[in-house]
Formats: sequence, C-alpha cells, structure tokens
Amino acid sequence: MRNLLWAIPLVPLIGFLINGVVYLLSHRTKGAAHGHGHGSGAGSDAHTAATAPDVSPDTGHDPGHHDIPFKGLHTIVGVGSALIACLLAFGAVFDIGLKAFTEGASHSMTLWRWIPLGINQAVGQIPGAVGDWYVDVTLRVDSLSALMLLFVTFVGFLIHVYSSGYMGHEEGYGRFFAYLNLFMFAMLVLVLGGNFLMLFVGWEGVGLCSYLLIGYYYEKKFAADAGKKAFVVNRIGDFGFILGIFAVFALFGSLDFQKVFAAAAANPAAYTPYMTVLCLLLFVGACGKSAQFPLYVWLPDAMAGPTPVSALIHAATMVTAGVYMVARCNVFFRMAPHAMIVVAVVGAFTALFAATIGLMQNDIKKVLAYSTVSQLGYMFLACGVGAFTEGMFHVTTHAFFKACLFLGAGSVIHAMGGEQDIRRMGGLAKKIPRTYWTFFIATLTISGVPFLAAFFSKDAIKAAVFHAEFEAVPWLPKVLYAVALFTAGLTAFYMFRLLSLTFWGKFRGTAEQESHVHESPASMTVPLMVLAFLSIVSGYVGVPIIEHGDRIGEFLRPIRLPIAGLNEKGPHESLSLELALMAAAVAVASIGIYLAWSWYTKGEGRTPARLAEQWPGVYRAVTNKYFVDEAYDKVFVNGLALGGGRFLWEVDATVIDLIPNGAAAVTKGASWVASIFDQYVVDGLVNGVAGTLQGLFRVFRRAQTGRVQNYALVMGGGLFCLVAVYLLFR
Amino acid sequence: MTITLNHYMIVSFLLFSIGFMGVLVRRNFLTILMSVELMLNAVNLNLIAFSRRLSDLTGQVFSIFVITIAAGEAAIGLALTISFFRQRRTLDVEEANTMQG
Repeated sequence: MRNLLWAIPLVPLIGFLINGVVYLLSHRTKGAAHGHGHGSGAGSDAHTAATAPDVSPDTGHDPGHHDIPFKGLHTIVGVGSALIACLLAFGAVFDIGLKAFTEGASHSMTLWRWIPLGINQAVGQIPGAVGDWYVDVTLRVDSLSALMLLFVTFVGFLIHVYSSGYMGHEEGYGRFFAYLNLFMFAMLVLVLGGNFLMLFVGWEGVGLCSYLLIGYYYEKKFAADAGKKAFVVNRIGDFGFILGIFAVFALFGSLDFQKVFAAAAANPAAYTPYMTVLCLLLFVGACGKSAQFPLYVWLPDAMAGPTPVSALIHAATMVTAGVYMVARCNVFFRMAPHAMIVVAVVGAFTALFAATIGLMQNDIKKVLAYSTVSQLGYMFLACGVGAFTEGMFHVTTHAFFKACLFLGAGSVIHAMGGEQDIRRMGGLAKKIPRTYWTFFIATLTISGVPFLAAFFSKDAIKAAVFHAEFEAVPWLPKVLYAVALFTAGLTAFYMFRLLSLTFWGKFRGTAEQESHVHESPASMTVPLMVLAFLSIVSGYVGVPIIEHGDRIGEFLRPIRLPIAGLNEKGPHESLSLELALMAAAVAVASIGIYLAWSWYTKGEGRTPARLAEQWPGVYRAVTNKYFVDEAYDKVFVNGLALGGGRFLWEVDATVIDLIPNGAAAVTKGASWVASIFDQYVVDGLVNGVAGTLQGLFRVFRRAQTGRVQNYALVMGGGLFCLVAVYLLFR
Repeated sequence: MTITLNHYMIVSFLLFSIGFMGVLVRRNFLTILMSVELMLNAVNLNLIAFSRRLSDLTGQVFSIFVITIAAGEAAIGLALTISFFRQRRTLDVEEANTMQG
C-alpha cells in the first residue's frame, strides 16, 4: 500500500477532471440563461428550499426543478474519489505502521525531477548547507503528514457525502463536486509534499479552490466579492511565504524538508542569525492562509460559500495549513526565539480578538467563522510557545468538532429554508433532534467540557503556555496564559449563546418557516453523527498526566529534530499544578456556559440588551467587528492616491483641528487679535496642509491616465534614459 | 557579402523599433497585438543570432520559450479583444480608459 502513495492525490484529480469535463459538456448546449438561477435571498446560503418552500427538499423528487444532468455520475465520481483517496491514505499509513512513525520512520517517493537547476555553484558562506540545487516532485509521509493525511481524507470524505445531500438541488452540482475534488487534490499535495515548493503548489491550489468555492454563487455580488477578497488577502500572505522559500533556497541550496531541517539542526550556529527574518516571512504566509490578525478579514466573508465548503475548507483543513507549515518548520522556529514571541503574541491576540467579535454576531455561520479564527489563534499560540505537537493535536480535534458544528449549522439552514439569522430561530431542538444532539455534543466539546476532545487539546495548549519560558520577556507566558484562559471562557459563552438562540427557547421566525422545519436526510445526518462521535473520543489520543497517555505527542515527536547545542527542557509535569490548571479551565468554561444560558435562555436576552444600552460605544465597536474592514477599505482599498488625500484631509479636519478648537476654548473671551490669529494663521496652516496635499494628489493622479500606451511610452522613455546613462557613464 | 552578426542585430533592432512604435501609436487593438508579436520576434532573431555566434544552444532554447509564451499571449490578447469589443462595440484602445485616476 505504501507504494501507492502517488495515487492518493491522483484519484481526486481524476475525479475533478471527469466531473469538470462532464459538467462542461452537459452545460454548454443549454446556454447561459439556464445557468444557476436558483438562489435564495441575499445574505443567505443560496438554497433551493428557499425558493420552493412547499417542496420538501429531501425527497429527491422535486417536480418544480429541472433534473440535474448526470447527477448520479457526479455523485459517484465525486464521493467515490474521496472514498478511494481516504482508503488509500489509511492503507498507506497503517502499512507503514503507527509504531514505525513514532520511531521516526518516513516514506518518500520521488516521482520525477522537476527543476534540475544544475548550478553547482559554491553555496554562499554557510558551512553545512545542502546545495544540491534541484527540486524534485517528492511525496513524503512522516508522522506529521500521516496525521494530517488521515483526518483530511476522512473529514473530506464525510463532507463529500454530506454535500451530496446538501447540494442535491443545485444546478451547479457537477461544478461543485469538481471543485471539491480539485480541493482534495491540492490539499493532499500540500500535506504529502516533501519540499517547500510542493507545499507551495498545494498551498496555492487550495487557495484557488477556496476562491472558486467561496464565489460558487458567482451571480451574487457579495459572494463574488468575498471570493476576490479571500484571494487578494491570501496573496499578501503568500508574498511573505514565497520570500521565505527563496530565503530557504538561498541559505541551504535545497528545498527538501529532510535535508534542510537536518542541515539547520546540525549547524545552528551558522544559521541562527538568519532565522528570525526567515521565520517571520514564513509566518506572514501562515497568517494569510490561517486567518491570523491582521490578515483574518477574509475568513468571515468566506462564509458566502456553500456550508459544506465552510466546513471542509474554512474550518477543518485548509485554514490549518498555516499551523501545519509552522509545525513542519519547527526546527527553524525553535532557532528564532524572537519570531516565536511574535507567533505567540499574534496567536493569543487573534484568539481573544476574534472571540470578542464572535460574542455579538447574529449569523449562525459568522459566529462559527470567528470561532474558527479564534481557535486558529490558539493553535498559533501553542506553536509560539514551542508546543508544536499540542498545536497539531488541537488542529486534529478542531477538524472534527468544527466540521461537525459547521455541518450542523448547514443542517439548521437547510431546515430553516435558507435562514441564517439566529434571532429568527429558537426552539429547534425538538424539531430537528439529530442535528440538535450532534450540534450539542460539538458545542460541549469546543467549550472545553471535561473528557471531551477539545478539553484535552486546549488543556495541553494552556499547560504548555503556562510552563513556557521566554528569555526576552519573562512575564509574557503568564499574560498569554491569562488571555488563553479568558478566551476559553468567551468561547464557552458565545457557543452556548449560539446554542441557546438556535435550539432552545421559543421559535422566533415566521409561521411559514415554522411549518416546514424538517430534519435533514440521512446523507447529512450520518456524517454529523460520525463527527460528533469523533469529537467525543478523539481527545483520548492525548491524555495528560497518565503514563503513555499523550500518544499523539509521542507520535509527532520525531518531527522535533534535536538541535545541536540547544538545550530544551522537556515538559516538567507536576500533578497538582496540572490538576489546578484543569480546574481553572473547567471553572472558566462553566462560568461562560452558565452566563450564556441564564442570559439567553432563562433571561431571553434582556441582560445583554441592557448591557448594550449601558455601553453603547463598546457595543457598536464589537458588533461592527472593530471597524477593521472599514479601516482597510479606507486605507488600502480606496488607494493611497485619491483616497489617501481625502483620508489625510479628514485627519486634518478632525484631529488637527482639535488644536485650534482647544486653544479657542482655553482662551475663551480672549482678545480679538488672538481670534484673528486663530482664524488666519492656525486654520490657514491646517487647511493649507490639507490643501497642499489635495493639490499634490490632483497633480499626481494625472499620471494614472488608464491608457496602457501612455504607460508604455513612459516605460520606453525611462528605459532609453537608463541605457543612455549606462552607456555614457559606465 | 557575408551576413554578420551586425546585420542580424540591425534587422532585429529595426523590427523591434517598428513593433514598439506600433504599440505606442496605433489605436487598433489587433494592430497593437501584431506589433507586440513583431517585438517578440525581433527578440527571437537576436537570441538566435547570438546563439549561432557563441555556439551556445541556450539562446535557441530560449527562443522556443518565447514562441510558446507568445502563443499564450496571443490567445489571452485575442480573448481580451473579443470581450472588449463586446462591451464597447469598438476596437479603439483610447476607449479603454476606465482605470483613469
């Protein structure tokens, strides 16, 4: 089985080709007008149930719609390729054997030489660099890849099954499965890639699929815009990542993971000076893909895609690629303590920041989206304190419970006929019991209720943060621990708020909506149950305290290559301290759960409403997501040319004008001379600055004629001048 | 008279200049595309001439690359032309100025 490694990504690729070709051929004759016209109202997941409320969408015999051509074929190819990939992945991993992985085994497969550079030049000044100057198409599975491989293919398969029910009435069914299969291919290349360039290919591939699937309802402007936003924000991250890859290549002369990390670990003295910059560049890439502050803005908008996509790409797999990459490069990061501090602080800040936004969101998917951003922050916090295995542990459990939550949300949206606003839900527990119970279990899990999966993984992270030591800032770990603990409380609160508003209390929607609330078909509920089961038990691979309880830590230990001369102390476990930390976590979670229950179920939302009245400023800032999107719009989107001028003018008008206004207030009743001075000199200065800037921009914007020929002329003229200067003065 | 490297370079220079002027002054989308092709081929000529002179095949390999890229460029350019024409009912590049600042 291990020799079939190449087939794992290939099978979904073939599925993509078949689905894509069949879809294109079956749709070209119909014309554009027939396209994808079955959307529901703006702002909701376009779902056919909304346009045909009288027809039960789970019967499969929907007379009001056209038959979807080749639906059976698309289902078999789409779900089948995911199943085969999953079986092959399990086969390959268990053929090599979990025990062998624990002992550091890995299996590589070089398919062909990709870029034979053949430079053979002397490698810089760094002794011990690899310097083989070629890039191969290599697939490699070691313990880290194996872990990712197992849960990506398994969760991927479940979500394919779910999609066959959820997307069953979409005109673009074949297109959806084609994209989903392409995503599986790219994700598997990302996970199995044995060098940085393969990782990057997969990285860009999943980014492309993310873009395509966010913009799946491309005839709706908000979905198309969300797709573009995701793509552009990811480009910023990828810019850093690709610079990081260049840096690796320049430093080591190779991109192969094994060789590069071995070289770095063997000779840390030569490489340490470069590592801070290198790690920060790589981390910029991770920030983009894994939605960390300040590049997190695309993920909440990505919820414009269909819900299975949100579950698979924007919760379980793709967004964890950044954590995977940081864990993969742990050798580099451990050599760069300053970069580690940045990672930890960004992670902790993102966790807290996103959790506070999640408190006030009213869209069921937006709450989960901010929750995902927050949990990803947790994972980076773990990586930042050097707890890479704990971070990956949380990646794994998060994949299960967050996929379960998203799919449950999809089932709720399905039941509500496209409604996503939790203010119009309530009391759904009895109407859709299977969805309710699975959602309930996943909510308990993410809230950190004892002996469920996330309890163990979050506890491992918090313990690691508590024990962390930063030489540069010794007090930092305790602050980070407090942030992590507080965030855990917030998480429990907003998740139970979501649960209360959705499933408990009285129904708040319209009577028509109430009449056709119905449980989803088995193709959707069975994956939910499997995921709910996994979000109960998957934590038992990482039980602390007990001897050999932390199986996942031992499994992943081989990726932590020992660095020569670097003395890292192992986890020092004190039973009483460990138990105290656990007790603190449970206490904070209980407070969060109790508050959410008493405010939103018992109190029916009166307390939050009163608090909102008391602190209107805070309330407005939180509900508007701290105006980050607006700030980005103003600073970056409107451009630094015209928009920049206006922005500065407004700063002048609001901030700098405070000076003359304040002066006027202090010298109230002062002499006429002073007021003249104010009026003509100070105001003149203020308005003069603004006016000058505005005038300057009025001149500069002329250069943006929008005519390519003008640009070509200027370019040609510039080139001519450069060459002339070079020839005359060399 | 033997044809030396200089002759090739002069022809190549002339071709490139004609192409560049075409890009700058012509108003028709298609003509500009053709002018770009002219420039690319001027570069090809240069590459191949030097490749002969230096007996190094790299130049010829590169010209193959250039031809390949040129094919892609032509495909994209023509697609853009068609979509532009559908929107504006004209091929005048002066009309393509919505990016004006």
